[in-house]
Amino acid sequence: MKQKIGLGVGLAAILVWCLLPVAWIISLSFKSQQAVSNGSEGFLPQSGGGAGWQNYADVVGDDQFRRAILNSIGISLIATLLSVVIATLAAYAIARLEFKGKKFVLTTALVIAMFPVVSLVGPLFDMWRTIGIYDTWLGLIIPYMSFTLPLAIWTLSAFFREIPWEMEQAAQVDGATSWQAFRKVIVPLAAPGVFTAAILTFFFAWNDFVFGISLTSTESARPIPAALSFFVGPDPFSRPASLLAAGAVVATIPIVIIVLLFQRKIVAGLTSGAVKG
Amino acid sequence: MAAITMKNIVKKYGDGFPAVNDVSIDVQDGEFMILVGPSGCGKSTLLRMIVGLEDITDGDMVIGDRRVNDLAPRERNLAMVFQNYALYPHLTVFENIAFPLRLAGASNEEVDQKVREASKTLELDEHLERKPGNLSGGQRQRVAMGRAIVRDADAFLFDEPLSNLDAKLRGQMRTEISRLQKRLGITTVYVTHDQTEAMTLGDRVAVLKRGVLQQLASPRELYTNPANLFVAGFIGSPPMNFLPATVNGTSVELPFGTVELPREKASLAPEGKLLIAGIRPEHFEDASVVDDSKRERGSTFTTKVDVVEWLGNEAYAYIPFEADDAVREQLTQLERDLDGDTMRSQLVVSLDGASRISEGDEAEIWVDARQMHLFDPETGDNLTIDLERAGRVPAKEDPKAAAAAEHVAQDAAAH
Repeated sequence: MKQKIGLGVGLAAILVWCLLPVAWIISLSFKSQQAVSNGSEGFLPQSGGGAGWQNYADVVGDDQFRRAILNSIGISLIATLLSVVIATLAAYAIARLEFKGKKFVLTTALVIAMFPVVSLVGPLFDMWRTIGIYDTWLGLIIPYMSFTLPLAIWTLSAFFREIPWEMEQAAQVDGATSWQAFRKVIVPLAAPGVFTAAILTFFFAWNDFVFGISLTSTESARPIPAALSFFVGPDPFSRPASLLAAGAVVATIPIVIIVLLFQRKIVAGLTSGAVKG
Repeated sequence: MAAITMKNIVKKYGDGFPAVNDVSIDVQDGEFMILVGPSGCGKSTLLRMIVGLEDITDGDMVIGDRRVNDLAPRERNLAMVFQNYALYPHLTVFENIAFPLRLAGASNEEVDQKVREASKTLELDEHLERKPGNLSGGQRQRVAMGRAIVRDADAFLFDEPLSNLDAKLRGQMRTEISRLQKRLGITTVYVTHDQTEAMTLGDRVAVLKRGVLQQLASPRELYTNPANLFVAGFIGSPPMNFLPATVNGTSVELPFGTVELPREKASLAPEGKLLIAGIRPEHFEDASVVDDSKRERGSTFTTKVDVVEWLGNEAYAYIPFEADDAVREQLTQLERDLDGDTMRSQLVVSLDGASRISEGDEAEIWVDARQMHLFDPETGDNLTIDLERAGRVPAKEDPKAAAAAEHVAQDAAAH
């Protein structure tokens, strides 16, 4: 019983610690701009200081913001898809094949993952402008992929290694080509790994700020984190804090949806029974 | 359906280790062939070469009238049951069994009809919608078999299919596999390390040791006419007794006394040389329960019994003896080949359940010397083998090639 109480208190503490900032942003997003400028203390909006859904309506009604959301969703989804597909194939090769330089590929991937993002911004800026993909979706998708691929490859190759060789051999004896065995047996079994890799990649792409602000100049490719920082509102001398809060909340919603969707897949993923129990 | 012919099959791994060495086996159409041997004898490798999961270094693999050496597994049209079943955990039992049909592009009606037929045969009807993870070991085993029988494969291959089941289930499944094979009449190659499975299931049994075929014969032939010490020690439970022996005329001197050998057998053995005599436990008996008529056909000796295990229908008596160094060395090597531990040299004697011999008794034991075999302690060859009734013994067909293969295997084992 004592243990249970301890557990409950601990959990509550962690929840408050993690969720308080989120709750504060939500509270902020419901306060009126006026009230915030005048200093609105307290969690709940003071009487007369509430804005209702007005901030949200303003945010969603803003062209710049809508465009940024679209950019973010498009870029993140494409980067995630490509990254997961390539990582799946690469990880499968690493898990299954014996080839020269396998160790080299894996360590290089790790090194890339550890590379400080900021140090690449300068060179990329120059290169992208020369090639002509500066301020385009492609210009952001490429760096997102190269920074998420290593982690995805590592995660997935660990998953592939867990799948018994026999599964694949059985499929081949049953009449499958190597590709069919991979697609119909190995990929479904590695699904939890695929979704894990997808979530990690999507997070990285969605939350990135450095590339987003450095490699774009107009709203044609600017993703939401960068767009929020450019969001000035009608009065350039007072930052629209409550409007920004509403924007941040809206920008968080897709992440929450994606996590909830994929999490079910991860949990419901690998049910045992392939081999002896 | 098809016959499978293996001609001088060799498998060498990248590091030069010869897993299978110059093995020739012909599996006839509809035959149940067993590949048996202790772990590391190359039996599974051989099976995987038949199905195409392992490259063939040298030799010809012919299925039906096609040489399949270079064909991918899916082009060989064989069905295989894996040791760990290798069921697809993300598919239901129905889809697991249907998997080969779907790959072959069968229509939905055909799939449904064939899967239901297979599931009826294997009594899996009520489990069709479940996932493999929710099935018991025996049910998983049956699903794996369902996946094999659902298609019209040329042959079935089994890789130690019963080794993950408990003893009772293993017995049931053994009968089940035998019945299924008889009914379908399909060529079957079955790998096992269990000599009981080998004896009960096989039409013929191929005994392998370190990648070399020792003998290929029916279970009865293997039991009564083993080609060498290895086969003699491997087949039979409890195993054959090996004793130091010296032949003088028609009498054989054993640690317990002298027994008489039939003239034609005695003439095959060199006189005065130290040999190894092999006598199965059931060829001994408590002299007091042996009929007089039978008694005259064997010899008796008196010895002290160390331990008696009474099982009801029979009893096993253990009698320790001293072995010469030369014999002991060979027997130690044999134990190693058979995956066993080095045991004290003792005689295991199977007695009638009615026998009253108990531990520590001085007992008179009768032995049927006609069933005795004599082995050369250096080569391990059976000197008293009846080649007419011993199936195929590669060492006798082409002694040079067999000796070469044996030599390679020993070299590899030494390293």
